[in-house]
Amino acid sequence: MLYREAGQFKTNYAEDMAIFPIRQDRIALAILLGIAFIGVPLLASFRIWPFRTDYLLWAILLPFLILALAAIGTNILVGYCGQISLGSGAFMAIGAYSAYKLATGVHIPLAWLGFAIAIPPLPVLASILLGGLMAACAGILFGIPSLRIKGLYLAVATLAAQFFFDWAFLRLPWFTNYAPSGSVNAPELDFFGMIVRTPVERYLLCLLFVTVMAVLAKNLVRGNLGRQWMAIRDMDIAAELIGIRPLYAKLTAFAVSSFIIGVAGALWAFVYLGSWEPLAFSIDRSLELLFMVIIGGLGSIMGSFIGAAFILIMPIMLNVIPTELGLPLSTQTITHLQFIIFGSLICYLLIKEPHGFARLISIGKEKLRLWPFPY
Amino acid sequence: MIALGQFLEVLIGGLMSGVLYSLVALGFVLIFKASGVFNYAQGAMVLLAGLALVRALDLLVANGLPLWVAVVLAIGFAAVIMAATAWLIERLVIGPLVNQDALTLFMSTIGVTFVIEGAAEMIFGSDVYPLRLFPTDAWFLFEGLFPGGILVNKLDVWGALIAGVLVAGLAVFFQRTKTGRALRAVADDHLAAHSIGIPISWIWFVVWLVAGLVALVAATVWGTKLGVQFSITFLALKALPVLIIGGLTSIPGAIVGGLIVGAGEKLAEVYLGPSIGGGIEYWFAYVLALAVLLLRPQGLFGERIIERI
Repeated sequence: MLYREAGQFKTNYAEDMAIFPIRQDRIALAILLGIAFIGVPLLASFRIWPFRTDYLLWAILLPFLILALAAIGTNILVGYCGQISLGSGAFMAIGAYSAYKLATGVHIPLAWLGFAIAIPPLPVLASILLGGLMAACAGILFGIPSLRIKGLYLAVATLAAQFFFDWAFLRLPWFTNYAPSGSVNAPELDFFGMIVRTPVERYLLCLLFVTVMAVLAKNLVRGNLGRQWMAIRDMDIAAELIGIRPLYAKLTAFAVSSFIIGVAGALWAFVYLGSWEPLAFSIDRSLELLFMVIIGGLGSIMGSFIGAAFILIMPIMLNVIPTELGLPLSTQTITHLQFIIFGSLICYLLIKEPHGFARLISIGKEKLRLWPFPY
Repeated sequence: MIALGQFLEVLIGGLMSGVLYSLVALGFVLIFKASGVFNYAQGAMVLLAGLALVRALDLLVANGLPLWVAVVLAIGFAAVIMAATAWLIERLVIGPLVNQDALTLFMSTIGVTFVIEGAAEMIFGSDVYPLRLFPTDAWFLFEGLFPGGILVNKLDVWGALIAGVLVAGLAVFFQRTKTGRALRAVADDHLAAHSIGIPISWIWFVVWLVAGLVALVAATVWGTKLGVQFSITFLALKALPVLIIGGLTSIPGAIVGGLIVGAGEKLAEVYLGPSIGGGIEYWFAYVLALAVLLLRPQGLFGERIIERI
């Protein structure tokens, strides 16, 4: 019917290698981006349904965008390179706290050398990107063990990162600028003189970040580097034999993944939370990101978005649907139900569809293409 | 003398709490040995066993049964619950995932963790329940030798005794019984064991059951120490470095690893902590594990992993 590619001929290599080779996909994406970039802000600024209040924007779309970005980062490491990581939350925290330190000015007293390193406060955009860079450095550092150890052992190494940084940001007062409560406030979001304050502006800012980084990530995983990662994931010894350097491939995967996660962490802290404490990036966050990747689809950029949406919307649905049906559940029951549903869903997906919801969508597309014939 | 006394006290306290980590780590090792599954759900199983035990105990005591009858019945009830859990996990999750790679299995046990945590708290409640099966007061040793003596917790001694009995029992089970031998055969080679007629799914059920019972033992000790509550699941995270240090496949390794972690983190906290901010107990075990991983990836007692092309 609508989704049929008969008559779309590719006459050069560039068309054949395009991200979205099918016209309908391009149109769908254009519509989606149009809605996201123009439709939502317009509706929100005129307060038309469903944006009467800021709830949808503030409590759903904003966290969705940022967590989807973090999930893309996790997916690069876990889904594309096959290096399991339980430390994504720590890398988010590194991004957030480095960005905070850079935005408020860094002062490292080196008393025994007789001088101090002082960096004046940097602009917010630079701090966010440099925060990502710091996370990338930490990622490389904790990625080094991956050269000797694999799989489960590596999971423990990344868990070490998680616990160490949880502790560091809680106990070392230097990171929080000696705030007595241990929680810190984000600086004013000043982008080249434009100050981001309202939910719509925050939404647009995050959307911009997410779109740019998702496109970059998509292109990266399609290219040389991404293919090296996937070769390492599928069979590391064979990859080594055909000339892929495991050192380079694994460490780049750690670096790129931690950079994206770090930027997401800085956005989460600066744009969404505003003021935060280390608890915002605990091991629960790491597991949540891992779940997004498994549920959405290991090794799929689109899957990261689907996974993030699912994990965010599920608790809200559990809250809304029983209330609508006249059976309001207590918050405790909802939390427990949520645990059970997430857990069983993960087991179910691992057994039945290891590539997650993203794979279901591509099966659906395939079916549409052949419709009404089964084959 | 005061310094030495304090050192010994910290060391003994650390070793004793290390034994308790070993109790949780033992469950991991059992499952890993027999099926190659890295069972993240062990901590959740301790929580489930503890909740089942303490809730049944409270109910029975409230109905006027004498304490020892109530204890026996409650332990029986918790054991049945663990058996049912083992059966369900084998049937629904591990069985269908046979022959998948280790990472998939690991992630599936994270899923299992969530289901168990949610279900356990939904059925048995999610408050803190006190459990008093063992004495919790303190002993003072060598009072003549050191001023004030060395303080030792009776509960920790009980824990150490139980761990010893458990390890001895498991060793007999693995070495002497028919099921134990079959278990070792399955651990060596699933396919070969299957082809000579060892029923793999039954063996896996037995393994998960034994791990569940070990979790029950761990729950009685930890529950007495901390009260049965959600935070008990974080024991799983404490047991991970123990495993890495001891080696994933070694039962003595779990015990030695537990002792090293327990003693190491207490000593580090007391002697190193004040100079760098305190609370380093939280990650010290992981740094130890990381060091072991870099020097000897298979752990102190683990089997060497040999990879060939």
